[in-house]
Amino acid sequence: MISIQQLSKTYTSKEGTVVGVDDVSLSINQGEVFGIVGYSGAGKSTLLRCLNILERPTNGKVTIDGIDLMSLSSKELRKARQSIGMIFQGFHLTMAKTVVENVGFALKAAGVGRVERKQRAEELLELVGLSDKANQYPAQLSGGQKQRVSIARALANNPKVLLCDEATSALDPNTTQSILHLLKKINKELGLTIVLITHEMEVVKEICDRCAVMEQGRVVEEGDTYDIFANPQNELTERFIKTVIDFTIPEALLKKTQGTIVLLKFTGELAGEAIVSDLLQEHRIRGNILHGKIDYIQEKPLGTFVMELKGDEQEVNRALASLGATLGEVEVIENDRSTDYTMARAE
Amino acid sequence: MIDQLITLWPELSKSFIDTLIMVGIGLVVSFVVGLPLGLLLFVTDRDLFLENKWVKSITGVIVNLVRSVPFIILLVFLFPFTDLLLGTTTGPVAASVSLSVAAIPFYARIVESSARDIDRGVIEAAISCGASPWLIIKDIIFPEIKSGLISGLTITAISLVGYSAMAGTIGGGGIGDLAIRYGYYRYDNFVMFTTVILLIVMVQVIQYVGDFTAKSVKKS
Repeated sequence: MISIQQLSKTYTSKEGTVVGVDDVSLSINQGEVFGIVGYSGAGKSTLLRCLNILERPTNGKVTIDGIDLMSLSSKELRKARQSIGMIFQGFHLTMAKTVVENVGFALKAAGVGRVERKQRAEELLELVGLSDKANQYPAQLSGGQKQRVSIARALANNPKVLLCDEATSALDPNTTQSILHLLKKINKELGLTIVLITHEMEVVKEICDRCAVMEQGRVVEEGDTYDIFANPQNELTERFIKTVIDFTIPEALLKKTQGTIVLLKFTGELAGEAIVSDLLQEHRIRGNILHGKIDYIQEKPLGTFVMELKGDEQEVNRALASLGATLGEVEVIENDRSTDYTMARAE
Repeated sequence: MIDQLITLWPELSKSFIDTLIMVGIGLVVSFVVGLPLGLLLFVTDRDLFLENKWVKSITGVIVNLVRSVPFIILLVFLFPFTDLLLGTTTGPVAASVSLSVAAIPFYARIVESSARDIDRGVIEAAISCGASPWLIIKDIIFPEIKSGLISGLTITAISLVGYSAMAGTIGGGGIGDLAIRYGYYRYDNFVMFTTVILLIVMVQVIQYVGDFTAKSVKKS
């Protein structure tokens, strides 16, 4: 649906050149929710704004629904933008217009007549659950309601793609949830392709089918959200995931333990099986759970447990080997009393 | 005192009407020409949807040029132009030519600066909707700055009242002219005070009406 090829955006000023986006290639499928994560300044916002040519890329190619956006004349680009909705962190509604007029503006831009405009705007407000606010001004609405209005405006011309620029970052957790549910709903019901950028991994976990992690203008990791969470390859990705799934054991508790401490990840179907209890029955070791959680990502369980395994060293090693065979990977966090927090990987 | 007022009355009312004509014409022209000019200055600015360095700097230079000439010089300088346009250089209508020329760039800058206060994001959102430049100006920028436009007109009108006194002294007539002729040159304190009071009342009324209108068009 969206194809980004070797896209770069550099800013030239008297002080020199600044690289916003550095040689990014991504391909986003029809009907998926794609997340782009990164800290501020990573270039994710610039990348998103290149998708509807709010920023003109310095190099590369952006194709949406088969149309090469960079080759269009300004008139053709305006037409193309009508099928690419966009919502913003700051909502960007016109304060001097009522809610229904704000939504109507997008339709006016597409040349829709007055009567039809009003009818369609009301339909859209119904979709976002704000029918009763049609004649109010944005100043009278809460942040979540304003974002709903801007979603209605973005959907006005039946776009194929919706771009979300930190759409939930200015909202409280509850409102964020409800906006994410709304986005998921329109993604499902209208088959809309959604590209969202965020610095909150929680948002990715909640609704993204696939995601990319950006740093210094580059995509450092990209993949299925579940795989990214279950098996991050990049250090930055791990840091982001830790903001949602954190298994750091307090130092004091770690000092009290005596056995081998392992981090076990149960992915997909494995999360539903009795692996731990089998392990303890088959080997002459004792296990103690220090930390544990099962997250549901894309409705698939991802279990993460930190366990202390006690017993004969050889027996523990044998247990680790069989765990490794079942789970693919077991991370030994600590087994040597003399060193502090060494990370070793046992396959 | 009443006697004095009665003697002064015919001249006073004529001067008042002359001032109204000068300020009125100046205000209408500054709005009609200054508004598009101010919007042009705004939309051709850097990072805006009709960014154009050349148009922006040429317009900017012309506006600054007119604004940097002291009004009294501009008045005299424009005499040939006024003569060409109206066939005369005296009377309130002739004076309003130079008043208009001075007021246009003044108002244009006010329009530009109130447009700058608009959240750029709102304009960006309009661009992302695929709106044409004209629709953005008409439907986004204009409603957002409507109240600023009226406040700007108030400021311009009050400045015009002041300038009209200057224009009056070199043949335009008006209250300011009356104050100078009788009050200043003839040391007639009665005329001086009457005209000053009249000017104060006029400025107050303009300010009040301006504020009231600006407030009433402000929706949200």
